Amino acid sequence: MATFTEKVGKSTLEHLDYVGGLSIQLWATIRALGAALPFTGNRYRWKASIVQMLQIGVEAIPMVGLMALCSGFILAMQGASELRRLGALQLVINLVAMGFTRELGPLITAMAVSGRSGSAFSAEIGTMMVTEEVDALRVMAFDPTEFVLAPKYLAALIVVPCLSVLCNVCGIVAGGIFMFFSTHLGPGLYLHGVLTSIKLRDVTAGLIKSLAFATIIVQVGCLEGFRVRGGPEAVGRSTTAAVVKSTFLVIVADAVFTAIFYFTGGH
Amino acid sequence: MAIISIRDLVVEYDGRRVLDGLSLDIEAGETMVLLGGSGSGKSTLLRQILGLERPKSGSISMKGVDITRCSQAELQRLRRSVGVAFQSAALFNSLSIEDNVALALREHTALAPAIVDLVVWMKLAAVGLSEFGKLHPQELSGGMKKRAAVARALALDPEILVFDEPSAGLDPIVAAELDELILFLKRASQMTVIVVTHELPSAFRIADRIAMLYQGSFLAVGTQEEIRASQHPRIRQFLDRVPDSTATVHTVDAYIEKYVQSPEVKS
Repeated sequence: MATFTEKVGKSTLEHLDYVGGLSIQLWATIRALGAALPFTGNRYRWKASIVQMLQIGVEAIPMVGLMALCSGFILAMQGASELRRLGALQLVINLVAMGFTRELGPLITAMAVSGRSGSAFSAEIGTMMVTEEVDALRVMAFDPTEFVLAPKYLAALIVVPCLSVLCNVCGIVAGGIFMFFSTHLGPGLYLHGVLTSIKLRDVTAGLIKSLAFATIIVQVGCLEGFRVRGGPEAVGRSTTAAVVKSTFLVIVADAVFTAIFYFTGGH
Repeated sequence: MAIISIRDLVVEYDGRRVLDGLSLDIEAGETMVLLGGSGSGKSTLLRQILGLERPKSGSISMKGVDITRCSQAELQRLRRSVGVAFQSAALFNSLSIEDNVALALREHTALAPAIVDLVVWMKLAAVGLSEFGKLHPQELSGGMKKRAAVARALALDPEILVFDEPSAGLDPIVAAELDELILFLKRASQMTVIVVTHELPSAFRIADRIAMLYQGSFLAVGTQEEIRASQHPRIRQFLDRVPDSTATVHTVDAYIEKYVQSPEVKS
């Protein structure tokens, strides 16, 4: 019994330590974020932010777009198979439009960014830890949080919401293509249906979620990297942990935000 | 006058004492070699001197400032007067050799780009790498990487130059070249040099004084002659390269006999 209690206690302390580490790192990143801003910040950090925007955002466009198109078709087809029986096929428009703006757009984007960039952050920083590059930064009077993390965070805060909007558009377009071929609904009418079903609050809720997801992906990916100790195998473990933990936390955060929006009347 | 003063330094990892009440003064302008075997605590001591870790107790004063208690801003200011060449070189792999050397100059000084380029060329020329500035670290040999790390450490004309295992992993000729480079830099700029090593020929070539570490304590601190003349059993063992114990045929036989006679094997 004592062993079981010890295990529970140890696990609890480890989780608290992890959450504490994330919170401290997030606060340090927010404080360092000013250095990555254009005009007022350090121009080298802003340049690094632009590079990160290309890597996190632009290079992810084909993947996010394709995932959104496939998910849009799936949602439209699955919805249509049930709604057709009820004689409410036109509700597929609402289902796809609201489903993507509120939920699927930010979530699919987060999954893609987590898999592509969260793991890359962890591997990059983990390798820097193993090769003493982070120590080198510190002894050269650079703050690793400002030098490494802030540009990534700023870039993610900008491009992840943009990718979410792209994901929404692609998903809704996929729904339109399905409706055109299954019901011969014209693009104009479909677009009108989409615009009447989406409210500004839905878009805002989706964007707020995508900002939260960007924060989780960057902070978890970087923390896993900074916690690497040992050799290359530790980098591999941290990369896996970054994807697993950020995916889990993204879904938990999604549930929390959805509940908040639901109970505050947003949905 | 001591540029670095260590007093009663105690470092523990998970309750295990790694440095046990060390005290040492490193005089301005001298070359101090921290000599010791694997696990003696010399790398831990170096990390403490660089302010990369906090001790359990004791103090380290650098230029009169206690770096174990000073603010982060003060530590950053002090670090600009310290250059470090890491064991693994710790060059930033995403940057060319020129950019590695230029990094601190660009960010910590207001020098014009043309002046930065000139200083970078001078530093690379000082270590014999003026023709290799455009290359990336992965394109250099082990010895060249170490020299590039020295050039980067010299970028801000530090008062204190630190080498962590400069000869590790190098053939004797390249290791000897690095020793000569350290002596040349010392003569040229009169800086304080701290070298962590377990290589006896290197230590006796470059040291003004040697601090001999064993199991987290100093066995002796003195000039080359004093260390060579020491009759301390552990120092003699280290200098005379006498192994602690080796597996003999008799001990292997005894182990096998014991194993064969054990109840598990018999049953």
